[in-house]
This record gives sequence, C-alpha cells and structure tokens, in this order.
Amino acid sequence: MRNTARKIYIALIFIFLYAPIFTLMVLSFNASKTRAKWGGFTFKWYSALFQNRDIMEALVNTLLIAVISSLVATVIGTIACVSMSGMKRKTRSILLGITNIPMLNADIVTGISLMLLFISFGIRFGVGTILLSHITFNIPYVILSIMPRMKQLNPSTYEAALDLGASHTTAFFKVVFPDLLPGILSGFLMAFTMSLDDFIITHFTKGAGVDTLSTKIYTEVKKGIKPEMYALSTIIFVTVLLLLILVNMAPSGKNEKADK
Amino acid sequence: MTSKSKWLSAPYVLWSIIFIVIPLGMIFYYGLTDKTGAFTLENITAIMTAEHAKALWLSILLSFISTLICFLLAYPLAMILANMKVNQHSFIILIFILPMWMNFLLRTLAWQTLLEKSGVINNILNFLHLPNINIINTPYAIVLGMVYNFLPFMVLPLYNVLSKIDENVMNAAKDLGANSVYTFFRITLPLSIPGIISGITMVFVPALTTFVISTLLGGSKILLIGNVIEQEFTQASNWHLGSGLSIVLMIFIILNMIASAVFDKDGEGAML
Repeated sequence: MRNTARKIYIALIFIFLYAPIFTLMVLSFNASKTRAKWGGFTFKWYSALFQNRDIMEALVNTLLIAVISSLVATVIGTIACVSMSGMKRKTRSILLGITNIPMLNADIVTGISLMLLFISFGIRFGVGTILLSHITFNIPYVILSIMPRMKQLNPSTYEAALDLGASHTTAFFKVVFPDLLPGILSGFLMAFTMSLDDFIITHFTKGAGVDTLSTKIYTEVKKGIKPEMYALSTIIFVTVLLLLILVNMAPSGKNEKADK
Repeated sequence: MTSKSKWLSAPYVLWSIIFIVIPLGMIFYYGLTDKTGAFTLENITAIMTAEHAKALWLSILLSFISTLICFLLAYPLAMILANMKVNQHSFIILIFILPMWMNFLLRTLAWQTLLEKSGVINNILNFLHLPNINIINTPYAIVLGMVYNFLPFMVLPLYNVLSKIDENVMNAAKDLGANSVYTFFRITLPLSIPGIISGITMVFVPALTTFVISTLLGGSKILLIGNVIEQEFTQASNWHLGSGLSIVLMIFIILNMIASAVFDKDGEGAML
C-alpha cells in the first residue's frame, strides 16, 4: 500500500516535469502552424529546419559558445582548485566566497553587471562578450564539482611522486589529475548544460544581430514560435536521452566512479 | 601544495576580479549616482514608488509561495528517492537535469499550450466531466511556471543530504523507542537543514528575480520586479534606476547568502 502510494507520487512528479517536453515533441509533428490545434502528422518541420539559415546559425552559435565556454571554464576552474589547496585558509574562503557569487546571485543582476562592464570598457557586444559571460558563470559549477574530490585527495601520494623524482608537472598529471577526473568531467557537463540553457545572461550581453537559440526563441515569442524550433529541440533532447541511456547501460564499473 | 601554486591561482583571481568584483562595483556605481555622476540615493528610494513597490511585493509573494510549494513537493520526493537505495546516484541527478536540455523558454511556453482555455489540460478535464481551469495569464500560472522550472533545484540538494544520513542513526532512534514521526522531527529534519537552506536559496532567488516566466505565462499585464529592471535596461535605458533597483534585489540575495553561510558551513547542501 505504502509502496504504491510512493510510486504514484513519483509518477505524478515526473508527469509534471516531463509533460511540457512531451507537448513540444508532439508539436514538432503538428502539420498546423499554430500551437492551438492539431492539423495532422507531418515531418515537414524537420526538413524545413535544415533549410532555415537563421535557426542553423543560432544553433551553431549556441553550441560553439557552450563548448568553448565550458572547456575554458573547466581549465580555469581546475587550475583554480589545485592552486587554492595551497592557500591560507582565510584567503581561500574569501576566494571561494567570490566564486559563489555568480551562482547565488540572480542571473539578471549578473547579466546587467557584465553588460555595464562591457559598456564601460567599450568592448563591442557580440559572440565574444557572450563567451566571456558564459565562462564567468560556468567556473563556479566546475569548482564546486572538483572541490569535494580535492578534499579527499591524499597529499602524501603527490609528495611521494616528487620524492621518487617526478617533476611537479608529471606528478600532477600522473597522480593528482586521475583522482580529480570524475569531478572535472561532471563539472564540464554541468557547465555545458548551464551554458546551453542560459537565456537571461545572454540576453543582456549579446549584441544586435547575434543570436543563440534562447534569444532567438525569445524574440519569436510575440510573433509565434516557428515549428522548426520544436523539431530542433526534439532532436537535441532525443540525442541527449539516447547518449545517457547508452552511458548508463555501459558496464557500470566506470559509472560508479563518476558517482559522487 | 608549494609556493609554485600561488602563481597558479593568478589567472583565476584576476578573472574573478575583472568579471565578478568590478561588474558588481559598477552596479553600485550606477545605482548610487544620477545621470550627471553625482551621488544620489534616489534610484534606491525609487523602490518606494507605488508601481515599483507593487512589483516588488508581488515578486516576494509569488516567489515565497513557489518556494513553499517546491519544498512541500520536493521533501517527500527526496525522501522516497533517498530510501530507494539506488546505486546510481548520478542517474537520479540526471533525470532532474535532463529537462534542461530542452530549451527553458520552450518548456515554459509549452505550459501555455497545456493551460490554454481550449488547451490540453482542459480537454482532459472536459473528457472527465470535471470543471475547467483558467489560470493562464494570471499569477497562478506564474507560480506554476516557477515551481516547474525550479523544482529540480529543490529536489537535488535535499536528495543529496537525505541520502547521506546514516541509517544507523535512525535505527538507533527507533531502538530507543522513538516512533517514526518523532524520528522524522528529531533526526531526519534537523540533519537535512543544510539541504533545505540551499534548496530554498536555489529556488527563491531565481523566482524572485525572474522576468521571463512572468512574460511568458503572465500575459504582459503582470509586472514583477525583474520585468521592471529588465525594461529599465532594454527599453527605457535608465541604467541608473535599473541598477538602483538591482541593489534593492541584492539585499534579499545577500540575506539569503548569509543564512546559507550560517546553516551550511561545509557546503553539504550542494546540489551535486
């Protein structure tokens, strides 16, 4: 009895979380151009999608920004984590406090503050400003996923490697880095996801003429969303879903390592 | 590790000064000056004008209600998930992060389709001969949008702390004669406080400051404080007023940060 109630509760929450996603997928096959009515089943939006240059350009921008910003954030974040372990406690907690600001602060404030920065320093708005902003709000996610691993690290192994004649660099890449890797990877993924899904900060830091998928959708809201967008987001979602299923079905030895 | 590592921290320290500290300073500079650059508190006291005060009050009210609903929905869910003893901790986290791969604006817009007068939900209700719901373009729809978008940020920290609670502690309480209600209030709830605080922060701050959800689900008539600030920057181009109002918003955020620093010293309630 109690178990059934639990299952029903979980099911209801998942229906709530996934109902809009299911709706969007259905809409991508809707022959009618408006959301309001069902005009029959069609694949035409999927073929139209690849001919729509605006959407394709926004997609390329979005992916490019997500890949570059999460990679750069991962590198900066990893180096920051390693270097922070050598700091005095007080310095470290101040730096960590500052790190947390973009995460705890409202996106709108972060977006506005960066916009004011770029304006004051006369930096031209465009893909570059979006990239700088995304790197900034991605770094905290990377640091937060590496930090717990850093704490579990045994400093003696690193010192042992040095004693045995390894250089600092070799010791780091052979001893420390493998232990941090799961944290680095999940930080990278988190950063990538956040960058991909961001609208607010991009909205304030993009220039005229440059669009990511989010900002493109926002400008389309009033005119009506092009059904090609539904098709595109369905493709993205299904791809990620399939990847996740594949990863989770793969022999679980590696998976548990990635667990935290 | 060694003196070398001090060196290594330079890029990040520099980055955070340029892209975190200085931009925040700029907001304070703009918020505390007028167009001629002279010091003024007018942009901050502007929050007292009827229109702004109403927007702020509505934002606080709606985000408070959303946070409460998220908490009430998420706590039992997190307890169930934590008790399931699934080995794949990461799998559960992924289920909640997965929806983010469908664009946030599109997901929120989909609720329009679901909630409309002749939308999906009302069709189902009609079929079951139940009364229709008409909440689109009302504050109720905004609350629904907030709960929908931010629920994962409440579930994950709660799940994280709850799954770490040592079962032996609960068993000990039961052995000592506590019933399950008593165990919950004396053991589970106090031990999960870091997660609760971090969940509340993760939901309350974005809900308080959103302008997207209110635009998409509230029609264009309902203005939240986020909408007011966004318009000052993108349409009215009064950055001084916009920054002043942002400073007011930050006061709430800072209060929230202090609370989480006090209750969650070790960052146990982290989302991941």
